[in-house]
Amino acid sequence: MPTLTKRTTASWLAATALSALAALPAAAQQPPIKIGFMTVRSGALAAGGKQMEQGMEYCLAERNGMMGGRKVELITVDTAGQPATTKTRAQELVERERVNAIIGPLAAFEALAIDDYIRQVGVPVISPSAAAEDLTQRKQNPWFVRAVGTSAQANHALGEYAAKDLKLKRVVTIGDDFAFGHEATAGFQRAFEDNGGQVVQKLWPPLNVADYGSYISQIRTDVDAVYAAFAGGNGLRFLQQYAEYGAPVKVIAQMTTVDEGILKSMGKEAVGVISSGWYTATQDVPGNKEFAAGIRAKYGADPGYYTAGAYEACAFLDAAVKAIDGKVEDKQALMKALRSVKLEKGPYGEVTLDEYGNPIMNVTIRKTEEKDGRLQNVVIKTYPKVTQFWTYDPKAFLAEPVYSRDYPPAKNLGK
Amino acid sequence: MSARALPFAVALAAMAMVPLFSTSPFYVNLTSQVTIAAIGALGLNVLVGHAGLNSLGFAVFPGLAAYLVAWLSTVGGIDPVFAALVALGGTLAVAALFALVALRTTGLGFVMITMALCQIVWGAAYRWTSVTGGDNGLSGVPRPGGAWLPLEKPEYFLWLCLAVLALALVQLGRFFDSPLGVALRGTRDQPRRMGAVGYDVWRIRFVAWMLAAAWGAAAGLLYAWYHQFVSPHMMAVTASAEVLLMVVAGGAGTLAGPLIGAALVVLLKNLASIWIDRWVMLLGFTFVVIVLLMPDGIVPGFNRLTASLKRLRPGPAPKLVPRERADG
Repeated sequence: MPTLTKRTTASWLAATALSALAALPAAAQQPPIKIGFMTVRSGALAAGGKQMEQGMEYCLAERNGMMGGRKVELITVDTAGQPATTKTRAQELVERERVNAIIGPLAAFEALAIDDYIRQVGVPVISPSAAAEDLTQRKQNPWFVRAVGTSAQANHALGEYAAKDLKLKRVVTIGDDFAFGHEATAGFQRAFEDNGGQVVQKLWPPLNVADYGSYISQIRTDVDAVYAAFAGGNGLRFLQQYAEYGAPVKVIAQMTTVDEGILKSMGKEAVGVISSGWYTATQDVPGNKEFAAGIRAKYGADPGYYTAGAYEACAFLDAAVKAIDGKVEDKQALMKALRSVKLEKGPYGEVTLDEYGNPIMNVTIRKTEEKDGRLQNVVIKTYPKVTQFWTYDPKAFLAEPVYSRDYPPAKNLGK
Repeated sequence: MSARALPFAVALAAMAMVPLFSTSPFYVNLTSQVTIAAIGALGLNVLVGHAGLNSLGFAVFPGLAAYLVAWLSTVGGIDPVFAALVALGGTLAVAALFALVALRTTGLGFVMITMALCQIVWGAAYRWTSVTGGDNGLSGVPRPGGAWLPLEKPEYFLWLCLAVLALALVQLGRFFDSPLGVALRGTRDQPRRMGAVGYDVWRIRFVAWMLAAAWGAAAGLLYAWYHQFVSPHMMAVTASAEVLLMVVAGGAGTLAGPLIGAALVVLLKNLASIWIDRWVMLLGFTFVVIVLLMPDGIVPGFNRLTASLKRLRPGPAPKLVPRERADG
């Protein structure tokens, strides 16, 4: 019977192949490390998702698709930027693909949607971009670390810089009306007012407002600066429309307002904006020059918030896998190694995690300038080793409510 | 059990047996999602299929119920079952208020007003951060149950969902056959004549609205327990549109249609995406095909197909049955 012959030949071949494999070093026999990667390919967040995929791809290519001597199998899923879909995708990764770790998801509400689930199943998750304060504060999760700062982390520094170095006295804030904008603005306001400044007006345009005109016309002109906290493409639209209104007072900004991801679409209106952040393509830290040049060569654009975040998340995992000699099946050990990750170089430069799983890293103050024919954020000051708690005592910090639209309360409105 | 109920019983039994054959809880959870979506779609079908009221704000009912149960059982610290009852009551109370506004209109006006009502609640969920958590939502919603009914296990939760679905099918099947159900379809086809012969059209529609809200709320409770997380996204316009899509794709006015539609949407969204990167496009393409080939939905389209196949086959001459006149 021909089928029988075929089958016998096949099994003989398989046996030979197996014995040949047995001769190879032990590492080659191990199954690949499975990493689930949650990105966004559809909807409003897709631009950030694409940059995340680039950072991830670049990181794996740089390591020849290996981590700790084992091959990496990357399973990429699209969450569509919806919490319910994110949950199902996480279940798919954990229950169907049985991944060893997850890198993602992109948005804070996505990370919060799977928060309980990852607690239940116990799978290490590294977030490359979800910045919601409480994820590593009041609701910290033993299975969660992040490769990105909290919403307010860099804004504390900007608050101090604005009061002490720029000697600003009175500031108007304007920011996206959602958690990220609220938390960033709250961090700025707290540090700014603690250093003698006054936030005299707070404006909250809705996330998808088409025209900022009605908000820009409300901005008081008897102030020293406008603090802008926008995400996605909103920073671009705000700065353009603000310039059309003659830009009466100068702009200081939260990092994603002038992120490299949208800076390439901006023009003169962005020049002179002072911002703060833990990443900019130009920052001079060990490892960033190669990274930024590599990304530019491969994808033709400067790396930004999402690119660097995904790369760092991947680098964190790589370091942790190395630390446990590739034995990722031991989830507890992998998580422990992840929590004690320490990187000497990379886009962020030197970075470690605090006991809550949030990075301690340099935060820079940058000024947007036109250089080499494109807009760049040029570093003017570095605050080393900034934590999510800034100079405040972590215990007291955590005892207070989470940053929001109304907390800390603004005492100087209308002055 | 009547012959009509048999296919439903078989389908539900098959779904209940998924945990026995599935090697991973993923497929069990997926079946739960289909079931929850089907309950919601059945609710909307009362309005779209039987009352002729196309709502683009149906997500407000599951949304309200989910938010209420989530808030009561996390912040409020109330027992999940009691919280569910309060949430159900609360949703129905709000639905009754909304009915006063929405049922003043039909047609396009009804589409707009239901969408607007849903947007109001969505806006409240999004902006009232101190209560709803804003776009970060409410997490850590506890599932009910205990040692005797471990609902945290996927298979038990699926069986709970299927029990609710069975209840919905029985209740709605009986309702559609009842004189009130027939009167409801009367108000759909000839509202002025129904009024002229003495039916209170508004009250009949109100009953349909509340019934839709009740099953929508049931789906919302299960949704909150399933995801253990609620966020404003579940009340976005796209969420309402998705339920409408399930009903229309499956076949409005049929009992099986919403089930088929829910299975189609949930599986395309969550299963096809494993193999196909551009799954959103596939979703759109599938609906274009359905609309082109079966404009009144899969179930009626399939019925027509089998009927025409029967006609091709030589058989006994069809019995003469007096046909109902379309204008009554």
